[in-house]
Amino acid sequence: MTAIADALIHAPVPKSRGYWASVAVRLSRDPVAMVALAVVLAIVLAAVFAPLIAPADPLKGSMIRRLRPIGFPGYPLGSDELGRDMLTRLIYGGRLSLFIGVTPVLCAFVIGSGIGIFAGYLGGWVNTMLMRVIDVFFAFPSVLLAIALSGALGAGILNSIVSLTIVFVPQIARVAESVTTQIRTRDYVEAARISGAGPITIVRVHVLGNVLGPIFVYSTSLISVSMILAAGLSFLGLGVKPPEPEWGLMLNTLRTAIYTQPMVAALPGVMIFLTSISFNLFSDGLRSAMEVRQ
Amino acid sequence: MLLYTLRRILYVTPVAIGVSIICFLLVHLAPGDPLTAVMPIDATAAQQAEMRQAYGFDRPLPIQYGIWLWKVLHGDLGNSIASGRPVLSEVSRAVGNSLILASVATLIGFTFGTFFGFVAGYFRDSPLDKAASALSVFGVSVPHYWLGIVLVIIFSAQLGWLPPTGAGPDGSGNWRPDTEHLRYIILPAITMSVIPMGIIARTVRALVADILSQEFVQALRAKGLGEWGVFKHVVTNAAPTALAVMGLQLGYLLGGSILIETVFAWPGTGFLLNAAIFQRDLPLLQGTILVLAMFFVMLNLLVDVLQTTLDPRIQRT
Repeated sequence: MTAIADALIHAPVPKSRGYWASVAVRLSRDPVAMVALAVVLAIVLAAVFAPLIAPADPLKGSMIRRLRPIGFPGYPLGSDELGRDMLTRLIYGGRLSLFIGVTPVLCAFVIGSGIGIFAGYLGGWVNTMLMRVIDVFFAFPSVLLAIALSGALGAGILNSIVSLTIVFVPQIARVAESVTTQIRTRDYVEAARISGAGPITIVRVHVLGNVLGPIFVYSTSLISVSMILAAGLSFLGLGVKPPEPEWGLMLNTLRTAIYTQPMVAALPGVMIFLTSISFNLFSDGLRSAMEVRQ
Repeated sequence: MLLYTLRRILYVTPVAIGVSIICFLLVHLAPGDPLTAVMPIDATAAQQAEMRQAYGFDRPLPIQYGIWLWKVLHGDLGNSIASGRPVLSEVSRAVGNSLILASVATLIGFTFGTFFGFVAGYFRDSPLDKAASALSVFGVSVPHYWLGIVLVIIFSAQLGWLPPTGAGPDGSGNWRPDTEHLRYIILPAITMSVIPMGIIARTVRALVADILSQEFVQALRAKGLGEWGVFKHVVTNAAPTALAVMGLQLGYLLGGSILIETVFAWPGTGFLLNAAIFQRDLPLLQGTILVLAMFFVMLNLLVDVLQTTLDPRIQRT
C-alpha cells in the first residue's frame, strides 16, 4: 500500500499551461491558420527586407522595355506600363500597402477600446450618449464613409489612414462597450470595488485583462477589410500618389494594359487578395483558438 | 406592433439628424471652404469676403447648418459646381442606375448564398460544407474591384462575349430592361454579388445548423414528419433573418458601389461621387452622400420593422 501511495505522491504533476500558451498550442494545431500565418509573415518579411531581395530598382523603368510578359528574361513577373520590374514593385508595394492597411486598425484599436471601455465601465447616461453618437456612424456603409471622408479631406496617405481610422473606431468601440458592460457586473469586480479598489485599479487589473482579448480578435478580423479598403482608396486615386509602389495604385495604373498584358495587369490584385484572405483565415483560427464567441 | 413601429421611428430620428450633421461637416473638413474651388485665382481679399458673405459662409457654423438643413428638408441640395445643375436631379438620375445594379446583385447573391448556406447547414462538416465555407471566405476577402477587372479581362478582353464598360450600347446614362442593355449589367452585377453571397451563405449556414439542432425539429421527426416537411419548417424559421440580412446587404451595396461602378463606368451614384471628388465639387459630394446615407437609414428601419412583423419574437428595445 505504501508503495502505491509513494508513487502517487511522487508522480509528476502535469504542468498546466497559461491561457496564452494554450491558445498558441491550439493555434499551432490548426493547419489553415498556420498556412495563413506563414503567408502573412512571408509578405511582411519580403516588404521589410525589400532592398535586399528585390532584383531591381522599384522606381527605375525603361520605356523600350515596357509591358513585358511574365517570364521575360530579366523580368520574372514582367514589367509595368513604364517598364519597371513587376516583381520588385510587388515586393516593395507590400511596404505601403501593409502600412496603410494595418495602421488604421491599430489606431482604431487604441481609440475604440478606450472609448468603449470608458463608456462600458461608467455606464449610465455617459454610456448612452457615447453609444448614440457611435450609432450615427453605423448609418453609413463603411465603404461610403471611407470614401466620403477621404474625398472631403483630399488625397494622401495620412488622409486615407485618418479616414479609415474613423471608419473602424465606432465598430471597435461597440464591441469594447458590450464586453466591458458584461464584465462590469461580475461578482469579482463588485468584490474588488467593495474591498476599496479605485476605478483605475479595477479597470487595469480586472477589466482590461478580460476585455482586451475579445476586442483584439475582433480587430484582427478588420485588418482584411482595411487592406481592401486602403488599396481601394489608392485605386481611386485617394491614397498613395504615383510613382510610389502600392498594390491598389498599381492595379489602377495597369488597367490600360488589360488588353495587352492581362496577366501582368491582374498581379497587384492577387497580392491584395492573398494578404486579405490570409489575415481573414488567421483571424478565424485565432478566434476559435481563443474560444471567443462574437 | 404599431407602437413598436412608432418607437423605431422615434429612435431613428436622432440618428438621421446625426447623419445630416456629419454630411454638413464633410464640406467643412475640406481645406479652405467650398468656394475656394470656384473662386477666380486673382480675386482680391475684399471680393472673396463679398462672395463668402453672399453664400453665407461668414456666419457661425450652427446657423449655417440650420439654413442648410431647412433647404434640404425642402428638397434643395444646392447646385453642382461643375455642371451648375441642381444636385437633387443629378443624384436622383444616378440613384436609379445604382439601385438597379445593387438589386440585381443582391438577388444573385441571395439566390446562391441561401442555396450554399442551406447545403452547408444541412450537411455539416461534409466536403460540400467545406466548399461552401471556402466560397464565403472568398466572398468577403476578395478585393471586388480586382475581381471586376479579372472578369473584364476574361469575358471582354479575351473572349469578347460581354461589353467591358458602360450601361448601354448608345453610351447614354440610363440602363433599360431590354436584351441589349442586359448584356451590360451581367459583369458588374456578378462582381458585386460576391460580397452578399458570402455573407448570406455564412448567416444561413449558422441559422440552419441552429434550427436543426433544436428540440422542435426532433419532435417533428418523432411524430413522423417527412424530410420535406421538416425542410419547410426550417425555411419558415430561417426566412426572417435571411431576408433581413439581404435587405441590409442591398443598402451596403448601394452605398459601397463606388469602386465597382468606377471599374465598369456604370453611370450610378458611385460614378457621380468619383466625379465629385476629383472636380472638388463639394455640394455634389455632400448631396450624394446624404441621399445614400439617408436611404441606408430608412432601409434599416424598414428591414427592422418587417423582420419584427414576420417574427414577433425578436422585438428590439
